[in-house]
Amino acid sequence: MTLAMSSAAGTPPARNGILLGLLSADPPRSRVLSLLLVAILATLVATPFLIPGSQPIGTAAKICIFILLAASFDLLLGYTGIVSFAHTMFFGIGGYGIAIALNRLGATWTSVAIGLAAALALSAVLAFIIGLVSLRVRAIFFSMITLAVASAMLVLASQLSGFTGGEDGLSFQLPPELRPAFRVLADPVMGIAINGRLLAYYLILFVSLGMFLLLLRIVNSPFGRVLQAIRENEFRAEALGYRVVAYRIAASVIAALAATVAGALLALWLRYNGPDTTLSFSIMIDVLLMVVIGGMGTLYGSVIGATLFVLAQSYLQVLMGTVSGSLAAVPLLASITHPDRWLLWLGILFVTSVYAFPGGIVGRLRRE
Amino acid sequence: MVSSTPPKPALETRGLTIRFGGHVAVDDVTCSFMPGTLTAIVGPNGAGKTTYFNLISGQLKASAGSVWVDGQDITGASASARTHKGLGRAFQLTNLFPQLTALENVRLAVQSRAGAGWSLLRTWNTRRDLIEKAESVLETVHLADKRHLSPKTLSHGDQRKLEVALLLALEPKIFMFDEPTAGMSVDEVPTVLELIQEIRERGDRTILLVEHKMDVVRSLADRIVVLHHGALVAEGDPAAVIASPIVQEAYLGIETTRPEAAHG
Repeated sequence: MTLAMSSAAGTPPARNGILLGLLSADPPRSRVLSLLLVAILATLVATPFLIPGSQPIGTAAKICIFILLAASFDLLLGYTGIVSFAHTMFFGIGGYGIAIALNRLGATWTSVAIGLAAALALSAVLAFIIGLVSLRVRAIFFSMITLAVASAMLVLASQLSGFTGGEDGLSFQLPPELRPAFRVLADPVMGIAINGRLLAYYLILFVSLGMFLLLLRIVNSPFGRVLQAIRENEFRAEALGYRVVAYRIAASVIAALAATVAGALLALWLRYNGPDTTLSFSIMIDVLLMVVIGGMGTLYGSVIGATLFVLAQSYLQVLMGTVSGSLAAVPLLASITHPDRWLLWLGILFVTSVYAFPGGIVGRLRRE
Repeated sequence: MVSSTPPKPALETRGLTIRFGGHVAVDDVTCSFMPGTLTAIVGPNGAGKTTYFNLISGQLKASAGSVWVDGQDITGASASARTHKGLGRAFQLTNLFPQLTALENVRLAVQSRAGAGWSLLRTWNTRRDLIEKAESVLETVHLADKRHLSPKTLSHGDQRKLEVALLLALEPKIFMFDEPTAGMSVDEVPTVLELIQEIRERGDRTILLVEHKMDVVRSLADRIVVLHHGALVAEGDPAAVIASPIVQEAYLGIETTRPEAAHG
């Protein structure tokens, strides 16, 4: 199998092997897709230097985190064929783990470790129990249970205000090395201060990238192949000797752990966690859309879907403001392109893209 | 038959029964299958042959009775656990992974046999041995040149062969074929029958074969078991069983008392 990405860049065969190994023998298999992925990665790495300002770097951090969140959701939806509505619950657990630990135990790396470890443990246990009680039965029952548990968790997070900060959420200080005042180098590089904020960004970028490659390895492992077999025909997978329940539970625990890490990263970036930033159902819908639009059953779809979605969320309003301003003289057009209508346009964009690319963007690109 | 010690059945069902509401689909079937023998299970449509298979391989839970493999009670075991006990099943209605390639279909069976499903951190294609094994099984059923096609693009006959390939890849001790040649074109049938014959000639495998074609049954079977309305009504030497009055009535439809059950 030739690798479009490396042939485009003229990479010698030896490095080709290493790259293919990193990608777990699952290359993008489309020249356009390879170029898009390289462009996204390069832009994410260079954002702090290319586009100064706090909004672009914030958007870039959000893209990294949502790529990880969407990829972990695709492990369930696209690879295993099970629909969970509790994925943002695990995202929220990660966020609250960091927030509560740093808020209570002080702004140290030990608190980060304790918060993350506790969150991972809670997510694993919850995902295991939800899977155990519901994945034996029909897949729809699992979806209903996840919906119920996620709703309960949302109520719990709002009600236990002494612990979680309730509706207001929790703000906290980061360990000193991640604060803006922390200087890695005395002098700015390319006009950009090399400070703790930048460190935090690269921490998020590289943890997300590492976790993404790990998920890519898992879906291309013998285990991942079993998940796809279960998606295709669970009855036959069981008859071949695979314990379907056990594999599904394992997949949902792995996905939950990855979502927890994503939530922890988001909390670290925002120095805040609350119900609306990680737990809400609207994020659940966003993640679902990212996966479907990008292409289910291929982790590269999550990269494309999450990037497009976060960019649209961040810049559609700005774009519409410009359009609306220039159309100020036209009564109807000006009002429907008003920035407040951005959700309508986002909706139209997504309905159109799902209609035009039933296999997602990656499915479309790979057909060429 | 190979050794002189008293032979122990490879597979046994004792009083195996399943009821669906008031209907008894399999009715108190007690039967043993000796190692190295091929038993044909015959009976009219609706006699409970496939249901009997489902009870043995674990797709259905018995209402009463038990299933034993090598003297071990496996009645409570799941279908996947039974596969690991050496029970292998090919399905009557083609039952494959429709979007995956023929090679991947077989490779999944090989992987299950090798117990490699829980390997999470290595890439699947680093297990060259599993791929090579799958390729050799595909060659056995003459599908090597179609290994990159998915079942949904294969002809019905090729799907049936792939179904048999999955069973071969599992290397079971007990092979259960449910009408392996049903719907196959005449020139494809010998391939599958030769495969069954080869397994039989190895002498150490137990084969259960549901088959409608009487000439096939006569030429392959060491023994015939007749099911009728879910009950075992006759068993024994093929020629004698086929000639017996109860089979003439139950299976061949002479003097049918329940015509709806006898056609086929």
